[in-house]
Amino acid sequence: MRPRWKTVTAAAVLALLAHSSGATAQEKVLRVAMTAADVPLTTGQPSQGGEGLRFMGVTVYDGLVNWDLSSFEKAAVLKPGLAESWSVSDSDKTVWTFKLRRGVKFHDGSDFNADSVVWNFDKLMKRDSPQFDQAQSIQGSQYYGTIASWRKIDDFTVEIKTKKPDSVLPYNLANLYFSSSANWEKLGKDWNKVAFSPAGTGPWMLKTLVPRERAELVKNPNYWDPKRIPKSDRLVLLPMPDANTRVAALLAGQIDWVEAPPPDAIPRLKSQGMQIVTNQYPHIWPYQISYLEDSPFRDIRVRKAANLAIDREGMVKLLGGLATPAKGMITKGHPWFGNPTFDLRYDPKEAMRLLAEAGYSPSKPAKIKVIISPAGSGQMQPLPMNEFVKENFRDVGIDMEFEVMDWEALRGRRRAGAWAPENKGMHGINNSWAFWDPDIGLLKTAASFEPVPTGFNWGRYSDPKADDLVTRAKLAFDPEEQNKLLAELHTHIVDQAMWIWMVHDLNPRAMSPKVKGFVQAQSWVQDLTPVEMQ
Amino acid sequence: MLLYLLRRILYTLPIAIGVSMVCFALIHLAPGDPLSAVIPEGASPEVIAQIKTAYGFDQPLPIQYLNWIWRAVQGDFGMSIMTRRPVLSEVGPAVVNTMILAVAAVTLGFGLGVGLGIAAGYTAGSPIDRVVTAISVSGVSVPHYWLGMVLIVIFAVNLGVLPAMGMGAQGSATFALDWVSLRHLILPAIAMSVIPAGIIARSVRGTVIEVLKQDYVQTLHAKGLPGRRVFVHVVKNAAPTVLAIMGLQLAQLLGGSILVETVFSWPGTGFLLNTAIFTRDLPILQGTILVLAMFFVAINLMVDLLQSVLDPRIKRA
Repeated sequence: MRPRWKTVTAAAVLALLAHSSGATAQEKVLRVAMTAADVPLTTGQPSQGGEGLRFMGVTVYDGLVNWDLSSFEKAAVLKPGLAESWSVSDSDKTVWTFKLRRGVKFHDGSDFNADSVVWNFDKLMKRDSPQFDQAQSIQGSQYYGTIASWRKIDDFTVEIKTKKPDSVLPYNLANLYFSSSANWEKLGKDWNKVAFSPAGTGPWMLKTLVPRERAELVKNPNYWDPKRIPKSDRLVLLPMPDANTRVAALLAGQIDWVEAPPPDAIPRLKSQGMQIVTNQYPHIWPYQISYLEDSPFRDIRVRKAANLAIDREGMVKLLGGLATPAKGMITKGHPWFGNPTFDLRYDPKEAMRLLAEAGYSPSKPAKIKVIISPAGSGQMQPLPMNEFVKENFRDVGIDMEFEVMDWEALRGRRRAGAWAPENKGMHGINNSWAFWDPDIGLLKTAASFEPVPTGFNWGRYSDPKADDLVTRAKLAFDPEEQNKLLAELHTHIVDQAMWIWMVHDLNPRAMSPKVKGFVQAQSWVQDLTPVEMQ
Repeated sequence: MLLYLLRRILYTLPIAIGVSMVCFALIHLAPGDPLSAVIPEGASPEVIAQIKTAYGFDQPLPIQYLNWIWRAVQGDFGMSIMTRRPVLSEVGPAVVNTMILAVAAVTLGFGLGVGLGIAAGYTAGSPIDRVVTAISVSGVSVPHYWLGMVLIVIFAVNLGVLPAMGMGAQGSATFALDWVSLRHLILPAIAMSVIPAGIIARSVRGTVIEVLKQDYVQTLHAKGLPGRRVFVHVVKNAAPTVLAIMGLQLAQLLGGSILVETVFSWPGTGFLLNTAIFTRDLPILQGTILVLAMFFVAINLMVDLLQSVLDPRIKRA
């Protein structure tokens, strides 16, 4: 009797295993651990910065303009999204016309048309509209600040007016998303309910939301761009702020993909057969510096010396190779890089010579104070990195002190400007920076007429040539011409050593060997539709 | 008894007000802007002012406090800054999730602590006592988040027998009393239980030694009562002291552990507080801390009542 019993049990176990593996083979699930502590806002304009746009923006939604995320080698560029084409009026450069894509449907089956655009812009910018949503309005305001008005011309044509001529508008529109008005009506006009069952037009549809725990997206088989219908059936997003937890969960097989694994975990992950994916993207780890009366950085020789004092290769080693040495704000090879003559190399001798010319030496060092944070989005490993820079500076005769504060406090200090009373005595701020659009990357950082908080000029950098290039770039509606002017501007600010630029993050991700088909674009957002589990 | 209960409940009122004031003041003392995490890049002063008004942060602090406490009394703890969801709808599920973890950790920690403590107390001075003391000292001294990481590395990463994080295959929504869910509970519960186990073992040991020295125990032995029955008397007499410590430990566990819950991505109050601290979500912070403080007060009250039931000598006049 006994052997037979054993056979039966074994058969049952095998059947069960076969059944369960059959179930997983049917549905392809991709499980991603995000660094955020909460699922980004799902209603349309995501929270959580770049990570929100990446996982809850371009997944569930589309902009009028989308990012082309298909290339590993080239910087991500814009492409038509919910608008098939756009143009700016010849007579009035503030008037834009957008021709909308026909036949696009929201996830709830309702149609996308000019009314949807007007309704969504009202949702973000018209405070007295019934659908106005404070949470989304806040998240979108970084991108809609330039928009003055909007109106429907016909069912598939929309006119947008900007406050001033602004050639950068399409970049901003890539981050403004459209949710279904019919769905909002159906759910009792309650955005909190919409959060659990939103309807966008994107390649993924939100199926389940458990706040602070998970969001489950399923593929949209009717997505308007057939080339971007997801290859996976389900995408599970898990907020996991602790880096070690993310790594452990990947190694334990609970997830397939982790964002930003810590550098010291990379060897272990590799030895377990995990893929480490990296690529350049629009990120820079700099000191934004002060040009106020009390700042040694007013002297270009000190700025150049500081830039030459840093052993960037050494810093890259410190980061386990997960960064590249900076040659300016923009990565080399990017269309906006240009041709700077000032080479950001490691040359302590030249740095000391320049400092001596400016009246400083290791015995009589230039004294500076910089605001840093122990952690934060894009800040990489700020404490060891800043200590590293401090040592480099000390070698050449710059004595740097830190004021350490938490990430949000630091951001507050940046928004206040170097001239704010709380920033008195500060000569720099270590706020990692993005250059995903010309405004944030170059125009609003370099123009003297773009001070914080509406612009990004923290330290009162003031340079007539930079101002002139910014003004011209804002009026350059031809993308080629705009790129040319941006490259010229970048060349100029590098030659002026406008900031101290250290390294570009390589945006590492770790994935199980089963994850196939991912192309890491040079962008803050990524396309998950070609990703497949094997 | 009823009067005593009423009076004790009334006592909690000033405590609640005190706690709410302290947590409100402390949070606002932190440098930086409470709305920093939601103010977008490039927002104009007008937009920032609008946001401040929308969240009620344009009012003077005392008015903000009064507004908040007045709404809290009515059961409205405000909205999360980050998600715009009602605070109660965020804190509620988190408390339940932490409770699940706390109950598991309590069962483990108290069982282990009492067992070890009694063994050590009965064998005071023996090698068993020394071993137990060593174990309980390490239990108290080991950082529990570190232990959590070590457990993850051993059992999830290297052996692959238990999950590294989360509260179930599909998160807390599908948590049930089945093996799939309970597997997720084992490692965080062990990590959470070591400190209470250590503390309880030490205090049980001390109390047992003390009770054993009492005259009546000698008398019971002298009268020929079997050791088993004497043991019951010892436990009964040691209980009130141990209970007080247990109550405090339970309250602490219910508060969740920011570190352990973060290490295991356990969606409880600790995890919630961690998120709220980093995003400066003041309404969530205030609401969670107040709810937790009330738990503390309620558990202390329950311990007091239980003590008087167990030991009629403790009079509650």
